[in-house]
Amino acid sequence: MIEIKNIKKSFNGKEVLSGIDAVFKKGETNLIIGGSGTGKSVLLKCIIGLIRPDEGRVLYNDRDFYGGDREAFQAIRREMGVLFQGGALFDSKTVAQNVRFPLDMLTDMPNSEKEDRVRFCLERVGLDQAANRMPSEISGGMKKRVGIARAIVMNPMYLFCDEPNSGLDPLTAVKIDELIQEITHEYKITTVVITHDMNSVMEIGQNIIFLYKGKKLWEGNNQTITESEVPELNEFLFSNKLLRDLRKTQ
Amino acid sequence: MSNLGKFFIFLGTQLTQREKFSVYWSRFIEECISLGVKSIFIVAIISSFIGAVSCIQTAYNLVSPLIPVSTVALIVRDMQILELAPTITCIVLAGKVGSNIASELGTMRITEQIDALEVMGINSASYLVLPKIIAAMVTFPMLVVLAAFLGIWGGYLAGTITGVISERDYIYGIRDGFIPYNIFFMCVKPFVFGFLIAAISSFKGYYTTGGALEVGQSSTKAVTSSCIAILVADYVLAQLLL
Repeated sequence: MIEIKNIKKSFNGKEVLSGIDAVFKKGETNLIIGGSGTGKSVLLKCIIGLIRPDEGRVLYNDRDFYGGDREAFQAIRREMGVLFQGGALFDSKTVAQNVRFPLDMLTDMPNSEKEDRVRFCLERVGLDQAANRMPSEISGGMKKRVGIARAIVMNPMYLFCDEPNSGLDPLTAVKIDELIQEITHEYKITTVVITHDMNSVMEIGQNIIFLYKGKKLWEGNNQTITESEVPELNEFLFSNKLLRDLRKTQ
Repeated sequence: MSNLGKFFIFLGTQLTQREKFSVYWSRFIEECISLGVKSIFIVAIISSFIGAVSCIQTAYNLVSPLIPVSTVALIVRDMQILELAPTITCIVLAGKVGSNIASELGTMRITEQIDALEVMGINSASYLVLPKIIAAMVTFPMLVVLAAFLGIWGGYLAGTITGVISERDYIYGIRDGFIPYNIFFMCVKPFVFGFLIAAISSFKGYYTTGGALEVGQSSTKAVTSSCIAILVADYVLAQLLL
């Protein structure tokens, strides 16, 4: 479980996050949604330690992420897997080398075990045939799947996905969502997904927080989101014509 | 000044939380090939022609019959060893290697590859930059030795083919009044320049923010800053060691 308390962050005097509180539950897909520029990515970066918040605490299973020494900080980081928006694959390494990289850097596993683990992770995301290809030779959806494979290769306790469906066609986006949900439930990990994709919200949103201008305006799930009374959320949600039509029929 | 402080902090972070030695060794070898071996051709071409031109132009200026012709070779030798080989070679490498380092790290920054390393719990500065700095400090002196040799050889070819100096006079000249300490000085320069080029270029690339335009700007700044640093260090080393 991840708990964030009163997270605040400003850049050049402009407040981007204004006291965000949230609990991200283990074994669930937790979504952070909101329009562009509402602070979703900044919040994610505060949670994973790429940006230090001005105020507030981030607790990983009651361990204060920013409260301990550097070793404790790095130890928590090594329990994370992160899927970046563009995949963030290392250009000079093949797909298999990318997935294997955390094992090479952070473990003393024998080579045969590493190869088995890499093969398993690539099979899990359906890319075992692409092991020897370079990142420049694969599609955007495949890069995201390699990113997921690399994120789970170390058996993380926490999985973070920054807009995993951006730039993907609807069919591939659904497959990525399904993969994230399966992995979350299978390995009982705490998953946090940043998205503004409505399909993802309705498909995998077990726990959803809605950000608006740096504030958390609403919290719920994909069952209750269509019944909210928050005007900003409704404007965001029902900007999609399909959902507007669905609401009318309801 | 704040940039200078940030630069020294950046250098310091590379020595904290180091990774396994085997990781650094493989990265060091990769960087030696990338920075050193792949620069051999350009260094060879430039130093040969610089040696040839310096021989011809020195001979053009030595018009007095009271000065022996072998002096041309002596001057070419000392120019190559003291200045042209270490400084010009490293300025060329600042352009080739420095821009390559800055654009590589800048691109890694804007595509979140550096962030990916950080969230894995890896010290990205140490993993990416330290092998580059050490590889530059090891390979640049070797390249400069090659440059000095080819510069003197280029002068020999140009002088003998054009007839401005005979082979015998050239050989006599490059042996006359040779000071072995100059070789030490010639090797100290690229050792220092290599550190400056790799460190400054890495700093500019590592802290790139923005997009492709900013990567290009970082690359340009890396080259200009490295060249200025080389020239300042050149003067300081000459003042201290000669």
